[in-house]
Amino acid sequence: MAVITYIESSNGKIKKSGFELASYASELAKQMNSSAIAVTINCSNIKEIGKYGIEKVLKINNDLLNEFNAKLYSDVIVQASNNFDCNRIVLSSSSDSKYLAPLVAAKLEASYLNNVISLPSNLNPLTVKRTAFTNKAFSDCCSSSAKIIIGLSNNSFGLVENSVSVIEEDFKVNLVNSNLSVKSTEKSSGKVSIADADIVVSAGRGMKGPENWNLIEDLANTLGAATACSKPVSDMGWRPHSEHVGQTGKPVATNLYIAIGISGAIQHLAGINSSKIKVVINNDPEAPFFKAADYGIVGDAFEVVPKLNEKLKEFKLQNS
Amino acid sequence: MKILVCISHVPDTTSKINFVESDTKFDVQGVQFVINPNDEFGLTRAMWLKENQGALVDVINVGLQTSESTLRKALAIGADRAIRINAEPTDGYFVAKQIAEFVKENPYDLIIAGRESIDYNGAMVPGLIAGFLDIDYVTNCTKLDIENGKVILDREIDGGKETLSGSLPLIIGGQKGLVEENDLRIPNMRGIMQARQKPLDTLEPFNFSPNTSTLKFHKPEPKQAVKLIDADNLDELINLLQNEAKVL
Ligand SMILES: Cc1cc2nc3c(=O)[nH]c(=O)nc-3n(C[C@H](O)[C@H](O)[C@H](O)COP(=O)(O)OP(=O)(O)OC[C@H]3O[C@@H](n4cnc5c(N)ncnc54)[C@H](O)[C@@H]3O)c2cc1C
Repeated sequence: MAVITYIESSNGKIKKSGFELASYASELAKQMNSSAIAVTINCSNIKEIGKYGIEKVLKINNDLLNEFNAKLYSDVIVQASNNFDCNRIVLSSSSDSKYLAPLVAAKLEASYLNNVISLPSNLNPLTVKRTAFTNKAFSDCCSSSAKIIIGLSNNSFGLVENSVSVIEEDFKVNLVNSNLSVKSTEKSSGKVSIADADIVVSAGRGMKGPENWNLIEDLANTLGAATACSKPVSDMGWRPHSEHVGQTGKPVATNLYIAIGISGAIQHLAGINSSKIKVVINNDPEAPFFKAADYGIVGDAFEVVPKLNEKLKEFKLQNS
Repeated sequence: MKILVCISHVPDTTSKINFVESDTKFDVQGVQFVINPNDEFGLTRAMWLKENQGALVDVINVGLQTSESTLRKALAIGADRAIRINAEPTDGYFVAKQIAEFVKENPYDLIIAGRESIDYNGAMVPGLIAGFLDIDYVTNCTKLDIENGKVILDREIDGGKETLSGSLPLIIGGQKGLVEENDLRIPNMRGIMQARQKPLDTLEPFNFSPNTSTLKFHKPEPKQAVKLIDADNLDELINLLQNEAKVL
């Protein structure tokens, strides 16, 4: 009864969230007096997973898997977990992993607990803490199913180093091509995505119009941050929908979230609340965001943001 | 074309989140329930397909009698028939099993659900149905076009989007983008009157059990007061972010 985890890669390299997932899976295995196995697909820097306690890594190289396909990728995870008799499956909260998780659950008749933010407080029945009501609350949930999938919230567990030497094993899978095919992919190149970013610079209606977003992008560039926005900003077409964060947009669980000209409506806060540190810049001292933030500046974004950007550039120069 | 839209009955996004019965149940007192926003985008897209390409649109909810108001609203928006499976929607697995069993007996060309419900955020109902029935599935769907049985969809991915092609039957998890916010429909008087005449069928649940349970809810710890920094003292902010918060 081992733990298995699917470690995602992008362009053949393990994604940052993969190391957090590896840490969680191997700590879970320790708790269960068991061991953890990682599934990797078309990935090259496998050895690095060993730093986070994973002893066995399955290498799957298959041309059908060159592009993400939820059906095929879920088949891989199902076959690997059956082959190694794994009944705890740890998946990330990336959009791809959340897509394939229920397909794995259906095939294995497994329970799927997502938005998990800690190791189990009890192994039998498996009991974990999760977020609910889009981060407005938490719940302790349990399952007695033979097989359980844990969906770990991004940035909720952190890294636990525990170097071991990795055994690599080629794993052959049987795949039948899927009906669904990818026609094209649009990715904002060279920019970090909201899901992968350590810092997110987000702006709202207070920016007055799309022509002013250079201030936001400059600040984000200085910080190596992703850009995001409030819902009305994307509804008005000032920014693409993919930048909309909040209860009905993308969730954000980053280390530093900087909110500029965003009032802090309950639906906005719900989506970004699990970020560790929140900074608000708003000219209205009564804006609700000040109640949710760690640090706040009452001021005009059009003055504060360029100044902050200059200061941060200096800071980066001195600290690089 | 036959379309089934799965409707989750959820607290309005502005609801106060409180718990009762020793923090084991969500407190519904004073809470307004609505169609789950992600489902509403899907329902509106289904209406567009119905009006432009011809389709029969059914809506389904697994829930107790309290969710009938939400189903009536979906009928008032334009759905043709509502089905309620009369059971407490204890977890996503249970809900998906119920809908999958129903669909086995009543096949549809297209099943639309939301990418997740905004209450328990399970994000699994459409994917589980797809898995149980072996039907193709796309979630985080922001665009859906159907022509001669061929389907073109956009899926939001981390950092961008992807365009996929597929065929019916298909299940999608929808979200904003399927239609624009401004195209969402508010039921008008005529729709509300017509909805009263439309069938709302109640079915008894199929014999499945949920596979998870919630032991207790917690509310977040009260937050420490914000530290205000003078707009003329941005060095202080950088200092705090570096040395106190340790995020720079
Ligand atoms: C069902 C539903 C779901 C929703 N989901 C979401 C969601 O997922 N995400 C989301 O963001 N919203 C969501 N909303 C909308 C939400 O209720 C708010 O309307 C929205 O978040 C407000 O956006 P905003 O803060 O950009 O704009 P506003 O509320 O207009 O705030 C603008 C802020 O900018 C400040 N400002 C103005 N000028 C300046 C200046 N020069 N310098 C500094 N500050 C300035 C103002 O003081 C104000 O606080 C949802 C609403 C509903 C009903």
